[in-house]
Amino acid sequence: MLEIKNLHASVQKKSILKGVNLTIKPGEIHVLMGPNGSGKTTLGKVLAGSPNYIVSKGQVLFNHHDLLMLSPEERARRGLFLGFQYPVEISGVSNIYFLKAALNILRAQQGLKALDALDFKALIQKKLEILEMDESFLYRSINEGFSGGEKKRNEILQLLIFNPTLAVLDETDSGLDIDSLKHVAEGINQFHHKDNGLLLITHYQRLLNYVRPDYVHLFHDGKIKKSGDYRLVSHLEKLGYEKALTRELA
Amino acid sequence: MTRQAYPLGFTTAVESDTVRAGLDEEVIRLISRKKNEPSFLLTWRLNAYRHWQTMHEPSWSNLKLNPIDYQAISYYSAPKSKTDGPKTLQDIDPEILRAYNKLGISLEEQKHLSGVAVDAVFDSVSVWTTCKEILNEVGVIFCPFSEAVLQYPDLIKKYLGSVVPYRDNFFAALNSAVFSDGSFVYIPKGVACPIELSTYFRMNAANTGQFERTLIIAESGSSVSYLEGCSAPMRDNHQLHAAVVELIALDDAEIKYATVQNWYPGDEKGEGGVYNLVTKRGICRGKNSKISWTQIETGSAITWKYPSVILKGDNSVGEFYSVALTNNYQQADTGTKMIHIGKNTKSTIISKGISAGFAQNSYRGLVRVAPQASHARNYSQCDSLLLSDHCGAHTFPYIEVRNSSAKVEHEASTSTISDEQMFYFQQRGIDTENAISMIVNGFCKTVFSKLPMEFAVEAEKLLELSLEGCQG
Repeated sequence: MLEIKNLHASVQKKSILKGVNLTIKPGEIHVLMGPNGSGKTTLGKVLAGSPNYIVSKGQVLFNHHDLLMLSPEERARRGLFLGFQYPVEISGVSNIYFLKAALNILRAQQGLKALDALDFKALIQKKLEILEMDESFLYRSINEGFSGGEKKRNEILQLLIFNPTLAVLDETDSGLDIDSLKHVAEGINQFHHKDNGLLLITHYQRLLNYVRPDYVHLFHDGKIKKSGDYRLVSHLEKLGYEKALTRELA
Repeated sequence: MTRQAYPLGFTTAVESDTVRAGLDEEVIRLISRKKNEPSFLLTWRLNAYRHWQTMHEPSWSNLKLNPIDYQAISYYSAPKSKTDGPKTLQDIDPEILRAYNKLGISLEEQKHLSGVAVDAVFDSVSVWTTCKEILNEVGVIFCPFSEAVLQYPDLIKKYLGSVVPYRDNFFAALNSAVFSDGSFVYIPKGVACPIELSTYFRMNAANTGQFERTLIIAESGSSVSYLEGCSAPMRDNHQLHAAVVELIALDDAEIKYATVQNWYPGDEKGEGGVYNLVTKRGICRGKNSKISWTQIETGSAITWKYPSVILKGDNSVGEFYSVALTNNYQQADTGTKMIHIGKNTKSTIISKGISAGFAQNSYRGLVRVAPQASHARNYSQCDSLLLSDHCGAHTFPYIEVRNSSAKVEHEASTSTISDEQMFYFQQRGIDTENAISMIVNGFCKTVFSKLPMEFAVEAEKLLELSLEGCQG
C-alpha cells in the first residue's frame, strides 16, 4: 500500500531525508528506530504533507496514487494518518466537535452518511473504554492543558475513530507511564488488522513488548541503514545505535 | 488573496420619495412635516441641528475615514406607498416584500419566525410590524418610532434624549436633527415580553443616509429581549448610517439587546461600504436592573460604536458581549463604556476581535467607578485573533476608579492560527477554510451563547461567509 522510492527532502535548505526506500504491504507493522535528529519525524511529516518540507527527489505511491501530488487533507481523506509526536493545542475548539467534524468528512469521502450526535457518542464511547479515557476529555479544547500522556492517548483515540488504512505513529510511546503505555499498545492492537498498515517510530523496545512488528528498520542520517525482523530490536538495545551502526558500516 | 461574497447586496426597484440632497433647517422642517410631528419634536430637532453646526467630527478614533460631505447626502427617502400608511400587507409594494423575503424575513404573520415580532425598516421608514395582536394583549407597545411620536407623545417627550442627549456627540446631534424612523418599545410594569422583538434595517436608496432611532423603555419588574439586523445593497460609494439607540431599565427590569450587523462592507479593495457611526447607550435607572448588549459586527467599511451602560441603580448589572470581525480593508473601532454610579453595581465585558486581510480592529472601552459606587465590580476580557500578516488588532482600555472598594479586572490576549495548528486540522482531513471557521467559532463561543438560539446559528454562518476565501 505504501511504496517510498529514493525520497529526498529538506527543510530551510538543510537536507534531512537522503534517499529513503521503504515498502509497506497491507497487514504489516514496520518499526523505525534510530538516533535523535536522524530524520524519522521528518519522514512522517513529509508523508503527511507538511508544508514546511521540500521534497527534492523521489516518489511515494500510496495505494498506487502519487501521494506527493495531494494536499495534506486529501492524503488524510484517502486514509493516511499521522500520530503526532507533539500534538498541538487548539483552544476554543472542543475535542468532540473536532472529532465529529473530521469523521464526517472521512465518511463523506467513503460515501457514508454523516453520523449525528447520538450515533457518534455511541461510537466514541467504546473507544474511550479501550483507552480508559474519561468522557470529560471530549468536552475540553483540543489537547489544551492535556498532560503528555493524555495527548498521546488522544492521538490513539483518533486512530481508532478515523480507522485509516495506513498509520504513522511518531513516538506515541514516549513520555508514557506503564499504564498509559499499556492502553496505547492496546489501542494500536485494536486498530491493526490484515488490511491496514502501521509505521511505528520509536526509541524503545518497551512498546514492542506489546505490539509485535514484522519489520524493524534502523534509520540514520536520512535513510534506512539496516532492516531486519524483531530480533534487530534487541540487537539495537544491547549495542546502542552508535555501535550497531559502526559494526554495520565496518 | 481574499474574496468575499455579500449575498445581501441586491437593490430593490421601488419608487421612492426622496428629499433633495443637503442639510439645512428647511430640510428638517420638511422631514418633520412629512411625519406630522408635534411642535416639541420639531423644536428639539432644530436645537440639535443648531448645536451640531457648532461641533466637529470626532478625530480620536483609530479609523481612517474619508471626509464625509454632509451636503451631498439625502436625509430622507421613503418607498412611495399608495395610501398614507400600509393598513394591510397588500398595501406594501410587493418589491419590498420580495426584498425582505430574500433576506429571509417574512412579514406574513403565518410565516414569520415563531416567537419573534419584526419591525421592518426600509430606508427612512418603517414598512410593517408583525405580531401586533399578541403584544397588545399584554400591553407591550412595539411600533415604528414615527407612530409612537403621534400616539404616545408623553412617553417620547419624557424619554427621548434622556440617555443620549443631542449634545452628546457629533453623530448623535446629526441623528437628533434628521432621524426619520426606527423602533419604539414600551414594556409595562411587571410584564415579561412573551416574544422576541426584532427590527430589520434595510438601506436601499442610493446616496441616502439612514438615521434611525430606537427607544426601549422597560418599566419596573418587566423584561424584554430585542434583536436588530441590518444589511444594504452593494454600492461603490460610501453610505452613511448614524443611528441612536436609547435603553431605559427601571427597578428590577431587564433589557437584552442584540445586534447582528451586516451592512455592506465594501469590496476587497476597500471601495464602497457603509460608514456605521452609531451611539448606543442604556441606563439602569432602577435598583436591581440589568442591561445586556450583545453585538455581532461583521459588516460596514467603518464601524464606530460603543454600546454602553450607565449603572445608576444600586445592584444594577451591565453586560457587553461583542464579536467584531473585519476582513479586507474594513475598520472597526468598537467597545463599550460601563459607568458605575450605584452601589454594588456589576459589569462584564467580553470582546472578541477578529481581523483578516488588511483590516484594522480596535477595542476601546471605559470602565468608570464613581466615588459613591461602593463595591462596584468589573470583569473585562478582550481577545484578538489575527488571521493575516497585514491586519491589525488594537486594545485601548480606559479604567477610572474613584472608590477604593471597587474590584476591576482586565484580561487581554492576542493569538493567531499557527502553521502547526493548521497542519493538525489538515492531517485530519479538514481543509484550511473549515479549520479557520472552526477556530473562529470556538473563539466566539462565549459571545454566541448569549444570542437567542436561532440567531446564534445565523451568526456562525455569517462569520463563515465573511471569512470565505480568507487564508492566513
